[in-house]
Amino acid sequence: MNNAFLFALVGVGIFSLGLYALIMHDHLLRKILAVNIMGSGVFLVLVALAKRTGDALPDPVPHAMVLTGIVVAVSATALALILLLKVFAKSGQATLPDRCKE
Amino acid sequence: MLTDIAWGVIVIMLPLTGGIICFIWPAISKTLGLITVVGTALSVTGLGWQIIESGPYHHTVGGWGAPLGIDLFADGLSLLMLIMTALVGLGVSFYSKSYFKPQEATWFWPIWLILLGALNALFLSADIFNLYVILELIGLAAVALTALTGHIAALNSAMRYLLAMLLGSLAYLLGVALLYHDVGSVDIATLAEKIKPNATVWAALGFMSAGLALKSALFPLNFWLPPAHANAPAPVSALLSALVVKASFYILLRLWSEIFGSFGEGAAALLGLLGAAAILWGSLQALCQTRVKLLIAYSTVAQVGYLFLAFPLALGSNGMVWGIVAYLALSHALAKSAMFLVAGNLLRFSGHDRISGLEGTVQRLPLTVSAFALAGISIIGLPPSSGFIGKWLLIEVAVTQGRWDLAAIMIIGGLLAAAYVFKVLGQTFSDAKVSHDTGTVPASMEWAALLLAIGAILFGFIAPEILSLAHIDVSPSTNGITP
Repeated sequence: MNNAFLFALVGVGIFSLGLYALIMHDHLLRKILAVNIMGSGVFLVLVALAKRTGDALPDPVPHAMVLTGIVVAVSATALALILLLKVFAKSGQATLPDRCKE
Repeated sequence: MLTDIAWGVIVIMLPLTGGIICFIWPAISKTLGLITVVGTALSVTGLGWQIIESGPYHHTVGGWGAPLGIDLFADGLSLLMLIMTALVGLGVSFYSKSYFKPQEATWFWPIWLILLGALNALFLSADIFNLYVILELIGLAAVALTALTGHIAALNSAMRYLLAMLLGSLAYLLGVALLYHDVGSVDIATLAEKIKPNATVWAALGFMSAGLALKSALFPLNFWLPPAHANAPAPVSALLSALVVKASFYILLRLWSEIFGSFGEGAAALLGLLGAAAILWGSLQALCQTRVKLLIAYSTVAQVGYLFLAFPLALGSNGMVWGIVAYLALSHALAKSAMFLVAGNLLRFSGHDRISGLEGTVQRLPLTVSAFALAGISIIGLPPSSGFIGKWLLIEVAVTQGRWDLAAIMIIGGLLAAAYVFKVLGQTFSDAKVSHDTGTVPASMEWAALLLAIGAILFGFIAPEILSLAHIDVSPSTNGITP
């Protein structure tokens, strides 16, 4: 097991933690944070796997993918936060109602 | 010459540019929006002509080319999806012209044009990372459109929709990372050539399929779809059900027909099983609903199930089933958008969409009710509609492969669809006991719904042409394209 593989495994671990939090927590801010953490996990996997070249320079393509991914994550988070504010302004709570009652 | 124009680029850039101008200059957004949608549809025609004349379309953006640059690629399958988007887009745009209040229209047009550009880009894309970015663009635009009315129910469903979309795309991205690690490319044609089943590829297959199944609302990952599609404004529901759900399904179709198809039998069987469950569960749920829009939304869950039956049938049918399923997706898009537009008309007419309150609508809105009936014929799968041809061919494939179980489920799904369509239709024909508070429905809204529904029927008559179109070079890897 080399270092890059270890980092990739940690990345998958972070992804799973985020997934757990996304499902388990009710508060929307926590859910949004959880999605961001899942994103960081994926980015860590990408960065770690870029080192598959061995001792040579790392592969730049996954790095470019991470940069693009960060841009996407920022826009998605912005939309999620504004939606959260709107939901809170209308309903006075930052959680989604139980689906059965809708 | 007309054939030398890079129609593929125009099809993406025109709506994106139009959308941005609409943001900057809201006063002209309605006019500009309509012009852009018509222009995009014409460009799709140009691209289609190019593909029929001279085979699959290929364009390297900025002259870079794979593996570093972004490639645009279109074969018959992409063309079919582009035609679907153009037709539904035209219908919904002419409907929206009269539907939205000025306040909502200033937001609807720019976001819808960006969604249109993103959908076209998705169908023209040939690399899996590019697909991820576009998938996010589609997701964000779709969520923004869902929240357009600003009602609390719409906001809640938009929030749930957004979280589900983000989860789906991140799972997909993780799959992309693993595939890139294993093969060293994100280009679909290169992946198809070099891929060999191993643990990494299996993990990638799992993550990507799960993420995309969530985005396509495959049972049991469909929790977000009914509230989002039922609480959005009617034209938006039509776009979501007809086009946005198909976008993620199209990626899944591409991945399986070209990369995973040769070794993923076990996973394909699972996807088929869930599809079959979706048909039964979605149809039964639709039958239980008391509101028209929720009924139509659950019907989408069921109809998406039909599309997923292609996966277990693909191996034995030599790839023929992918064309059939693309045709079925086109047919569903036309019929389902017509149905949601009808729901919008009923809502405008009577102020609510409770099925029990629809008595006597047929005398007041004959065109709208006819649209629902025609779209219903296609959804049920009665001849001569396109829904009939698509489902018939799919049943035929299932029977030749000895999959009587899948064939039986498709037939049961058709019977259940008949039950829920007639539940609505029967109510509109019964005598009105009380007079309704009636709003007026503009003629363009009635005609838009009717024309889309007629389209769903007419496509049944040109099925052989459409199917041969879908088979213009199903696999880009066999056709020796050099970038």
